[in-house]
Amino acid sequence: MSDAAHAHDDHGHHAHPTGIMRWLTTTNHKDIGSMYLWFALIMLFAAGSMALLIRAELFQPGMQLTHPDFFNQLTTMHGLIMIFGVIMPAFSGFANWQVPLMLGAPDMAFPRMNNWAFWILPVAGLLLMSSFLLPGGAVAGGWTMYPPLFIQGGISYDLTILAVHIMGLSSIMGSINIITTILNMRAPGLTLMKMPLFVWTWLITAYLLIATMPVLAGAVTMLLTDRNFGTHFFNAAGGGDPVMFQHIFWFFAHPEVYILILPAFGIVSQIIPTFARKPLFGYASMVYATASIAILSFIVWAHHMFTVGMPAAAQLFFMFSTMLIAVPTGVKVFNWVATMWKGSMTFETPMLFAIAFVCLFTIGGFSGLVLAIAPVDIQLHDTYYVVAHFHYVLVSGALFSIFAGIYYWLPKWTGHMYDETLGKWHFWLSVIGMNIVFFPMHFLGLAGMPRRIPDYALQFTEFNQIATVGAFIFGFSQLIFLWVVLKAIRGGEKATSKVWEGAEGLEWTVPSPAPYHTFETAPVVK
Amino acid sequence: MQPGNGKMLAKLTVAAVAMFGFGFALVPFYYKICEVTGINKGAEQSLVKNTQVDTSRWVTLEFDANINEALPWRFRPEIRSIKVHPGQLVQVEYEVTNTSDAPIVGQAVPSYGPARAAAAFKKIECFCFTPQTLAAGETRRMPVLFVLDPALEADLHTVTLSYTFFETGGQAKTQARSVKEG
Repeated sequence: MSDAAHAHDDHGHHAHPTGIMRWLTTTNHKDIGSMYLWFALIMLFAAGSMALLIRAELFQPGMQLTHPDFFNQLTTMHGLIMIFGVIMPAFSGFANWQVPLMLGAPDMAFPRMNNWAFWILPVAGLLLMSSFLLPGGAVAGGWTMYPPLFIQGGISYDLTILAVHIMGLSSIMGSINIITTILNMRAPGLTLMKMPLFVWTWLITAYLLIATMPVLAGAVTMLLTDRNFGTHFFNAAGGGDPVMFQHIFWFFAHPEVYILILPAFGIVSQIIPTFARKPLFGYASMVYATASIAILSFIVWAHHMFTVGMPAAAQLFFMFSTMLIAVPTGVKVFNWVATMWKGSMTFETPMLFAIAFVCLFTIGGFSGLVLAIAPVDIQLHDTYYVVAHFHYVLVSGALFSIFAGIYYWLPKWTGHMYDETLGKWHFWLSVIGMNIVFFPMHFLGLAGMPRRIPDYALQFTEFNQIATVGAFIFGFSQLIFLWVVLKAIRGGEKATSKVWEGAEGLEWTVPSPAPYHTFETAPVVK
Repeated sequence: MQPGNGKMLAKLTVAAVAMFGFGFALVPFYYKICEVTGINKGAEQSLVKNTQVDTSRWVTLEFDANINEALPWRFRPEIRSIKVHPGQLVQVEYEVTNTSDAPIVGQAVPSYGPARAAAAFKKIECFCFTPQTLAAGETRRMPVLFVLDPALEADLHTVTLSYTFFETGGQAKTQARSVKEG
């Protein structure tokens, strides 16, 4: 995206390689940020196509298009890629672009490690995608990688475990970089409590990543040794315990849920004040709420596994601690609404996505509260209600915040305003399509339709058909997004350095497009 | 590189490596917690807890073993008697030996004393369900798994379960279909 910027700004610096080598060897945070975002976009279309195949199969009961095993491969890979290949890299892309710009730092703390952190990702992506071509096909045991299925499958299971290792390593390197940049490289005068909220949320997210990604790496290493080296961590036949995997996995994966949403909170907290033309309401409480969510995320993991057979005391503990998370999250939603209250609001595409985020993420939060109730969860476990819940928080939550952030900063990155009309088309088709896909799933789940099954009972047909129609509207409207991005890169109305009337922060003090090198002398913040 | 960044890198790397170790430490930690708190008694939990045990009552069970005269076997119960609550799952074992030098097929037939206790014996597994083939000189231990129905009449305090082995007369190789239940 910063091609143009690069072309006329790198004179006077030592010679840069050109062509593919420029991208392979770049240590520039803007280049790397763009590559993360492009990688995420490509993976979004790959995993999105899988979702459309899933929905096409589920248009009617009975088997139409896929073999059941292939269907399971699709659901598994859709989940793995959307989480590790789309949402996380997209947020890393934002962090790379925005953290140095928002802090007045010249680049990330460890530019060479930054390059490595990105370039091992496509390797992992390739390992995952190529496993479709291997004998036995891709992994089909669910993205949660539970044994015993995951210690039984073929070669693609080993490749997937390796890919998870690589993606974990990438996130850890990225997080070390982000934490060091934030703690050591802020412009003079920019104290922690003056940092933009996006930076705050990423700082906390990076700590979560460092605390939990290695635990996932450990868990999948145990899977790997169970598969290949005769250990029995999870193999019940050898005295292991498959339930233990679920405990270790969710010890990672519940904080992971917040890794996928905290940066979204940060992006939305940048956008709403800009378009409400008011400072963020309750800045300090936002910071503390983010930190509380992060800390609480470590003690709630077993609410994902109420059905494994826990004593009532443990169920109560995990139920109440889970509900406790609604408090800091409620503080955040309250603050966003209070920021908009009596603001001079305008509704450009980033603001539309941010408002949709607040509304729809809250719906996902409420269905999460329903699922937190242990006796209800035992009824709803592994049904479409759960599918509806996590798509409301991940699609209309994480993904919408990513769209919002792209529209918000695209003029800064490319130097051109995006096409507002097309942006609005993208927004409305996405928000309507998304609700048509996922809202009926609540009812399907309450009626007892299980997830990860390619066939279903006849009475579920109508709601499934509605969902499939919505999925195709939602899926194909993402092509508009691709077009908007390409169009803004190639040209369009010149963006001013401030871009938005109500924008605040250091990133709006540099020209648009942001020059290849920024803040070589640190700005001073009063 | 800015001063201080290297130190930060070292600290965070150590933290990441430590958390990798912590992932493995969760394994013994998990077993220890389960052991101390008794949370994960998988087998006990997966079985629905038996609420049918009548702990207010004790019944003495006596076990008896007989051989039909024609059969050259030795047959005895592991224990002679046991006190149980009605409703409780009970397993006892019998030992049988073929003292002859030829394989023989035998079938155990139960009887109960008093006879009205028979209906209260709910057998889940019993060597008497099928004919037993013993090779020459073979010794075998065989279980009986049963529940004494809490509906057992209240005046019964001692019940005798007696088995008698008969030679079925079938060939040692034949898998004779047996009389179900006794």
